[in-house]
Amino acid sequence: MALEEVRDAFGQRFINAGVAEQNMIGVAAGLAREGNTVFAYSIAPFCYARPFEQVRNDVCLPGLPVCLVGNGGGFAYGHMGPTHHALEDCAAMNALGMRVKVPAFDDDLPHLLANLNGPTYLRLGYDMRPQGAHVPGYASWRQLLSGNRGALLALGPLAGVAWSALIDIPAESRPAVWAVTEFDFECIPEAVWQQLSEGPLFVVEEHVREGGLGMHTAMAALQQSRAVQHFVHRPALRYPSGLFGSQDFHRRESGIDAHGIRAMVLAFKA
Amino acid sequence: MDSLDTLIADARARLLRMHFETGSGHVGGNLSCLDALLVLHHRVLQAQDRFILSKGHAAGALYVTLWSLGLLTDDDLLTFGQDASRLPGHPSGTGIPGLLFSTGSLGHGPSLAAGLALAARLQDSQRRVYCLCSDGEWQEGSCWEALTFAVHQRLDNLTIMVDQNGLQGFGTTQEVISCSDLSPRLLAFGAHVVRVDGHNTQALQSALMTRSSGAPTVLVMDTVKGRGAHYAGLLESHYLPLTQNQYDQATAQLANETP
Repeated sequence: MALEEVRDAFGQRFINAGVAEQNMIGVAAGLAREGNTVFAYSIAPFCYARPFEQVRNDVCLPGLPVCLVGNGGGFAYGHMGPTHHALEDCAAMNALGMRVKVPAFDDDLPHLLANLNGPTYLRLGYDMRPQGAHVPGYASWRQLLSGNRGALLALGPLAGVAWSALIDIPAESRPAVWAVTEFDFECIPEAVWQQLSEGPLFVVEEHVREGGLGMHTAMAALQQSRAVQHFVHRPALRYPSGLFGSQDFHRRESGIDAHGIRAMVLAFKA
Repeated sequence: MDSLDTLIADARARLLRMHFETGSGHVGGNLSCLDALLVLHHRVLQAQDRFILSKGHAAGALYVTLWSLGLLTDDDLLTFGQDASRLPGHPSGTGIPGLLFSTGSLGHGPSLAAGLALAARLQDSQRRVYCLCSDGEWQEGSCWEALTFAVHQRLDNLTIMVDQNGLQGFGTTQEVISCSDLSPRLLAFGAHVVRVDGHNTQALQSALMTRSSGAPTVLVMDTVKGRGAHYAGLLESHYLPLTQNQYDQATAQLANETP
């Protein structure tokens, strides 16, 4: 069961473009140019990497309301192998000036899809909230857990992983945990900077170091003249062992699974 | 000589002058498609129709066509490829009304045009969509993706024009890719293919108004690179601007060709 429900809901407005991603984006641009808001869906790398020039020239240059829906951000396609993983997508799409949205929880989607008025990249993943947890109301920067030892920022679905990893550590011994779901650094909550005056900045993301949440946050700190005493960054390390497996296997290799995040926090000594 | 022939002669002269005065290249490929652009814009396009210049390096020909319609001025043409211009060497989709996309990277136009055509059908509009490609451009796989899609979607409100002048950078299309005529390949993909002399205005007009029920039309136009100012040196200058000598000779050739 993939898109059958979407197909049924959209009727003639659901276009199966076949195995032709460059054409899919060009057609999306043409449709958008005539006043339509268009969603162009594929497994993430086929959505942003394969038709990159079409995204750049046909969607972004004219600023059209096309939302690329990339299924399986990070290592989400696990065993399917590296061609199906999206590890540099946020950087690439940010570089084109797209609005990059990385939902952490299923509840985030209606908010992220409201007011689509320009080029957008939506990176989909699995909702990893702790069982029974209540997700706070949507904000692009949202505190999930309080903490007295700095702040941990997690990109999208990894926020659920970090939440589960740290929930049973006493607040005085853990950082506050934040879910970051949009690359908007003008609106970093003041609470984050206050927390960083009391402890380190941890950033975890299922994305390479280059152009991801960590780099952008560091630049924001510099631009806004905010002090960060210690910076610990856990990005996706690609394939350090040369071996492949599930999403959790790859997260483990990068130290961004629950165990790795917990160990990183507990091991930190200023 | 009818008014269209006069228009074409004037436009060719204006194109040469524009390229020479601004020091811009790609003259040969502009001259091969200028006739078709003029026929399309003066005799075929309706106000609601759409046009994509997929062959973006023929921007000069498009700008002169728009000049012939009174949409650009002589002063505008002087800015072609210069600083602070609305007329870059490949067209921008943001500077001039009616230009919908920035083109110049080959292979994008057919998909854009397919999207516009599909939108017209979904909106129950009678708009027609035209897209001008070069022949070498069909070495881009994306063109065939677009054609496959357009045929499957039965976009019979779409006409793709191919400027088949047989030449590309550094060689003929036959030398580079073993393809001197795209028609059989286009037919095999299910398009309605019409082959026409790209410098016969009556044949062009008739072909451009052709529509095949249930299939996109691909108009393969046999053209001559540098048409109207044909001489050996000009054909070699796929990219390079005209020298004074080349400009003088081309202008003289043009005058000789004009009845």
